[in-house]
Amino acid sequence: MLASLRRRLHETFVRWALRVRPPEPAPIVLTQRRVYVLPTRAGIAYAVALGIILLGAMNYNLSLGHALVFLLGGLGIVAILHTFRNLVLVSMRPGRCEPVFAGGVARFAMVLENRRAEERTSLRLFIDDETPVEIDIGPHASTVATLSVPAARRGWLPMPRLTIETTWPLGLVRAWSYAAPDLNCLVYPAPAAKAPPLPWGGASAQGSTRDGRGADDFSGLRGHQVADSPHHVAWKAVARQQDGPLLTKLFSGATAQRIWLDWEALPDTVDTEQRLSILARWMIDAEANGLAWGLRMPAVRLAPDNGPAQISAGLRALALHNHGAR
Amino acid sequence: MARASRPVSRRQAWWLLATALAASLPLVPQVPPWLSLATATAFIWRAALTWRQWHLPPRWLLVLLVIAGTAGVVLQYRTIFGRTPGIAMLVVFLALKLLELRAARDAVATALLCYFLVLGQFLFTQTIPTAILAGLTVLITTAALLAASDDRPPPQQQLRRAALMLAQALPFMLLLFLLFPRVQGPLWGIPQDRFSAVSGLSDTLSPGSIAQLSQSDAVAFRVRFKGEVPPQSQLYWRGPVMSSFDGRSWRVTQTSGAYAEIPYAGVGASVDYEVTLEPHGKFWLFALELPATLPPNSALTSDYQPIARQAVRNRLRYAQRAWPEAVAGVNETPRMLRDALTLPTDGNPRMRAIGAAWRTQHGDDGAAILAAAEDFFARQLLIYTLNPPLLGPDTVDEFLFDTKRGFCEHFAAAFVFALRAAGVPARVVAGYQGGEVNPVDGYLVVRQYDAHAWAEIWIAGRGWIRIDPTAISAPRRVSSNLAAAIPAGEGLPFLARADLAWLRELRHRLDAVTNGWNQWVLGYNPQRQRDLLATLGMSEPDWRSMTAVLSVLCGGVMLGLTAWILRKRLRIDPALAAWRRFTARLARRGIVWRTWEGPLAFAERAARHIPTHAERIGEIAALYARLRYGPAPQADDLAQLKTRIAAFKP
Repeated sequence: MLASLRRRLHETFVRWALRVRPPEPAPIVLTQRRVYVLPTRAGIAYAVALGIILLGAMNYNLSLGHALVFLLGGLGIVAILHTFRNLVLVSMRPGRCEPVFAGGVARFAMVLENRRAEERTSLRLFIDDETPVEIDIGPHASTVATLSVPAARRGWLPMPRLTIETTWPLGLVRAWSYAAPDLNCLVYPAPAAKAPPLPWGGASAQGSTRDGRGADDFSGLRGHQVADSPHHVAWKAVARQQDGPLLTKLFSGATAQRIWLDWEALPDTVDTEQRLSILARWMIDAEANGLAWGLRMPAVRLAPDNGPAQISAGLRALALHNHGAR
Repeated sequence: MARASRPVSRRQAWWLLATALAASLPLVPQVPPWLSLATATAFIWRAALTWRQWHLPPRWLLVLLVIAGTAGVVLQYRTIFGRTPGIAMLVVFLALKLLELRAARDAVATALLCYFLVLGQFLFTQTIPTAILAGLTVLITTAALLAASDDRPPPQQQLRRAALMLAQALPFMLLLFLLFPRVQGPLWGIPQDRFSAVSGLSDTLSPGSIAQLSQSDAVAFRVRFKGEVPPQSQLYWRGPVMSSFDGRSWRVTQTSGAYAEIPYAGVGASVDYEVTLEPHGKFWLFALELPATLPPNSALTSDYQPIARQAVRNRLRYAQRAWPEAVAGVNETPRMLRDALTLPTDGNPRMRAIGAAWRTQHGDDGAAILAAAEDFFARQLLIYTLNPPLLGPDTVDEFLFDTKRGFCEHFAAAFVFALRAAGVPARVVAGYQGGEVNPVDGYLVVRQYDAHAWAEIWIAGRGWIRIDPTAISAPRRVSSNLAAAIPAGEGLPFLARADLAWLRELRHRLDAVTNGWNQWVLGYNPQRQRDLLATLGMSEPDWRSMTAVLSVLCGGVMLGLTAWILRKRLRIDPALAAWRRFTARLARRGIVWRTWEGPLAFAERAARHIPTHAERIGEIAALYARLRYGPAPQADDLAQLKTRIAAFKP
């Protein structure tokens, strides 16, 4: 009850503190109006200790005791300024974010820039309950902080609001700020663990070997894989280089193995997310086998091909299937 | 918090060990030897733990050690409260805390314990060296706190940063020290052990008691005169007055009925001065004879000694006035006179006989008896010495007729005894005589070796008269000082000696510094604070106005510091500023620089838009790129960039 109230209050505060409606445009500069400062637990203990020392100094009329308390009190105030300065006017902009499969971990890269001639030390960035990332930013330099968030569902995962804080230099005060950068991570559907075999049948079932690629027109070389037929090793090319890896000749053409990964090919009993998972698994398998594969989905159609561009286009289509409607 | 539970690194452990060492070393003389030994063991253990990266001792062992430490302190002092036991307990906690440095919060706890120990030192001494030592301890502790936050920088850098932060804290300290509303302590009872070992006069006087004091050059009090310093022979600082004699010791009689006001009239010129009295744990205040005013919170005993309502446990400053020529006690009560005549029933037969003879010869004529006594003392050829021989049961007789060697208490006691034997009321007055003017700051310094005892006799119609029997035999004791009066070769405290002029000069300077420290730092009390504020134009300062002024001033300092700390923010990298001017010009032509764009990529794009300026754009971008990202920018690159950008008109 109390915990939920605290959480709600905190949420309200954060929303007020952010002021802008997320996501914020880059660069996000942490101006003094959005940096907050409060004592840490150590800071409160420090203040209580100073109070006790002051009482003792008063009771025993210790002038030097007064001086000690006042010096330490001044140190506390100076610590506030230093901590505040360590964070204020840090400038942030979103960096890269590689797509991940659902169930994996999305890694959001933030570029933090320090326009000051002094180093900024021990800044901690974290998202909710995730493990904080601690970074320093050198004078007139920038540092990349990579924040990890579990990616649960396919589609676009917006970077959650992040907290950036520091207690440097004395650990007595904490300065912090919030930011909601405009950074999204594409989350592919998780490939199904158990999927029906690749749809070999149909119009495009040509060729003879499962592991084979097309055998007609030479189209290039790639690194040899254990499953490749020894017939396709590019011995001449290997012989030209010394101690180089084995290379496999690639062939394409009308007779190259082509399959269609078809949304409709799956039975009606399979629901949408499962379909997407199975399609993702098929794509990966097809890619691994060097097949030229095409994709047929209700709204998307990809011509058969093979390669990194093809698979990212395919997975992207799966990830964003009906995404707007969700 | 995740941070508070981070384990303590080796470097942090070393820092904390250094802090603990700095905080506990100055307390070694104050705590029992076994505790110092145990603490040293704990420190060595800690060092070994850090060095060898051993496991921390188990919790049950630490609990046992805490119990053992507490038991040790209780056995030693019978309590854990009070000054010394409290500090001993803190030392125990600090030593054991070092053995359980698990997380960052333990580091903070250690630092706080060290701060308490620094305060603990001040309970014993607040001299300038102590203050310097405490400053160093605070510096190391602050560096340790810095290391607890970030342990990567090397020690010198941590110390430098700590020094910088403390320097920035200094203005706050000064303001708070001067303006924070002071409260006169104590807020609660002060344990009695605070003044267990202070030397000074006591309320009894027996042969040898003042001679003992003469070995101490501790300061009893300091005096600043408003006008001229009176001649040395007039500087009789009245202390406890002793009327009761038991054959060996003189004692202060518990005088009932003290005066709230001065019971005698002023005669002649008055002397104004201010006394800064060192704490001595007794009630009495010293005043030049005879006091004309009473310090606040004090009264005058029936034998004219000002006494405070509370024991003097802190350095006390009071303004005073004296009437050197005043006459007191012309109408003395019969009871007081009776007390001043009482002698034990037996003992000292020889002096008694002589006294009785004076009585029969002169009758009630006190003045004649006094003259006879002075004459008698002069003819005895008594020797004033720091090392009088031990005396048997008849102290007066043995001193006057056998050994003939004594210190001021022998003289005063014998003289008072002689007059009482002759029926003249007399009593012993203890106090200080003389003092030495420090030429550096003009203060008269009265030290323990200036302790003295003299006699006061009552003569009908003339009241109480001060007679100094020491002066009869050793007039230079009164007219100059102790060193001039005693025979050469007797052991004198260093400062009382007449030779070693340069050392005395040095000592005078040091003493002036100490006195300034005492007056302005240690003696900065509510009274002095009010005086200071009054000179600054705040008449009647109360805590509200003081808090207001304090807040305004502290706010000002804080603003200044903030401006200083954030000053760099206003200064943009000049190359970047020039580049921004350049991009602003291009933006007017519709070519907007995107912040993520590198300068060269941007230049390429801009050149495509305005091919006429392509070359110049390329040059500027190359210059800028070299300035900002290049391995070795040329010295005049920046100037070049500026002029080229200034000349660039797309």
